[in-house]
Amino acid sequence: MSKILLLQGNQAVVEGAIAAGVKFFGGYPITPSTEVAESLAEKLPKVGGKFIQMEDEIASMGAIIGASLTGKKVMTATSGPGFSLKQELIGYACMAEIPLVIVNVQRVGPSTGQPTSPSQGDIMQARWGTHGDHWLIALTPASVPECFDLTLRAYALSEKYRVPVILLMDEVIGHMREKIELPDNYDEIPQAERKLPTCPPEEFKAYATDESLVPAMPPFGSGYRWHVTGLVHDETGFPKGTPAATLAATNRQHDKLYNNLDDIVEVENYEMDDAEYAIVAFGGAARAAYEAVDMARAKGMKVGLVRPITIWPFAEKQMKALAGKVKHIMVHELNYGQYVLEVERAVAGKVPVTLFAKYDNEPASPAEVFAKMEEAFK
Amino acid sequence: MKKELRLSGTGGQGLILAGIILAEAALLDGKLAIQSQSYGPEARGGASKSEVIISDQAIHFPKVTNPGLLLAMSQEAAQKYSHDLTSSGILVTDSLFVKTLPAHTGKVYELPITHTAKEVLGKALFANIIALGAIVQLTGIVSEESIIKAVLNRVPKGTEEVNKKAIQLGMELVK
Repeated sequence: MSKILLLQGNQAVVEGAIAAGVKFFGGYPITPSTEVAESLAEKLPKVGGKFIQMEDEIASMGAIIGASLTGKKVMTATSGPGFSLKQELIGYACMAEIPLVIVNVQRVGPSTGQPTSPSQGDIMQARWGTHGDHWLIALTPASVPECFDLTLRAYALSEKYRVPVILLMDEVIGHMREKIELPDNYDEIPQAERKLPTCPPEEFKAYATDESLVPAMPPFGSGYRWHVTGLVHDETGFPKGTPAATLAATNRQHDKLYNNLDDIVEVENYEMDDAEYAIVAFGGAARAAYEAVDMARAKGMKVGLVRPITIWPFAEKQMKALAGKVKHIMVHELNYGQYVLEVERAVAGKVPVTLFAKYDNEPASPAEVFAKMEEAFK
Repeated sequence: MKKELRLSGTGGQGLILAGIILAEAALLDGKLAIQSQSYGPEARGGASKSEVIISDQAIHFPKVTNPGLLLAMSQEAAQKYSHDLTSSGILVTDSLFVKTLPAHTGKVYELPITHTAKEVLGKALFANIIALGAIVQLTGIVSEESIIKAVLNRVPKGTEEVNKKAIQLGMELVK
C-alpha cells in the first residue's frame, strides 16, 4: 500500500533517509536545507536513530564520520556556507574511505550570499572543494519523487564504493512541494549493505582489496581493529608515504569509481530520439528546460533535453556521444557557468556549445530558456 | 488546463500554509499540484509569496508565470507581485491593508478578509483560511469538499469548527 503526499524536496530527502535505514544525523541547520534537519530531528528517534545538532558544520562532519565507522548509515545536510566548512573532512572521508551522505541544498553565494534564493553555484565546489586529488559522487534530483529515489541511491553508491556521496540539491527543488507516492512502510525497501571481512580479525588488513578495489569495512566494536587516518596509508591502514604506497592508494581511490562509470553515471534523455539540438540542464534549471523543449517542439524545432542526474563523476561518455549526434548544444545552469566547462572539454569543439547562465536569484522561466534556444539554434 | 495562483502578503500571515492547503486540496480532487514560495530572510514581516499551480497534466516549471489570480494581503505585496497580472487575471486584495490598488484592467475584489477574521472570529490569524474560502468560491479551482478536508488536515485539533466557519465566511464575502 502506498500514500499520496504533497512534500517538499527536503522532506522527500528525509523520507528517503529513513527508508534507506539512516540511523544518525549530525548537522547544523541552515537555510535552505533546514527542513532536512528539522524533520529528521523528529523522525530519527522514532526509528531507533540519533539526531544531534552539533556546534558547527565541521563538527557535524566529524560526528557522521565517527558514526559511519560504527556501521551505521549517516547523513548531514547544509547549504553553501556550511558546505565550505565541511570540505576539510570531506577530504578525510575520501582518504579514509568512509561511506556517508552530505546533502547540500545550494543557495546564492559566495559567503552568506542570499539564503533563500536558488543557485547551482556549488557544482565545482562539490567536485574540487577539498584539496588534493580525490574522487567522489554527486547526484542532483530534479523533482520531489526523485529526491526520495536519489537519497536511496546515494546510500547504495556510498556503501558499495565506500565513498562520500553529495546529494547536490538546489533551493528550487528543496523548497517546492509536489505530489509524491510513498510506500506505507519502508520494510520492503532493499537496504544497501556494506562489505564485511571474511577473514578472522587477527588476519584483517583494513585496506586490502579484491578486484572490486573496495576494501571490506567492519564496524568498530565488532572485534576487528583498524587504524583510520587522513595520512596516506598502505593496506594495513597505517601511514606509509612511500612513492609506491602513494601511487597505489591514489590509483585505487580513482579506479574503484572510474572502472564503474556505467553503474554510477545516470543521465535522463527527454525528446532526444530525433533531436538535432540539445539543451543540457539539471536540478531546478531542468524544470524550465522540459517546458522550453515542449515549446520548441510545438514550433517544429527538433530539440531535446539531456539531464545529468549524476553530476560527478562527469557524464563524459554521454556528452561525447551527444556531440556526435546533435548540431549544437546549449547548457543552462543557475550560475555563471560551471558545468559548461566540463561539457566544452568533452565536446572538444566538435559542435558549438552555448551557455545560458542565470545567476540573478531567480530560475529562468520556460519562455526565457526557449528564447535563448531559438537564438542559439538558428 | 493549467491554473496558476499567487498568494502574497507579509511573512507571518500564513500564506505559505494557505498555498500548501490549496495544493493538497487539488491532490484530493485527483489533480496534480505544485506549491512554491519565495520570501526574505526575515522570520516575520517582509513581502512573502506562495504560488500554486494546479493541472491535470505534468507540471514542470514550479513558478507562476501567468497568474490567473493574485491575492494581495499587504500594500507592498500588491505592488511587488502584480507586475505580470494580465487583464484575464483576478486581483483579490485585503481591504484592511491594500489602500492603493495596483494598475489592473481585469476583475478586482477588495475584500475585508482580515477585518472579518478579527470581527467575527476574534483573531486575525484566520485571515488566510477566509482568503482560501473566497478564492475557492471565486474560481472553483478545487471542490468545496476538498478545501474543507485539506484545511482540517492542517489545523490544530480543537479548531476544526472555527476553521470551517472561516471557509464559509470567505465564501460569503464573494457570494
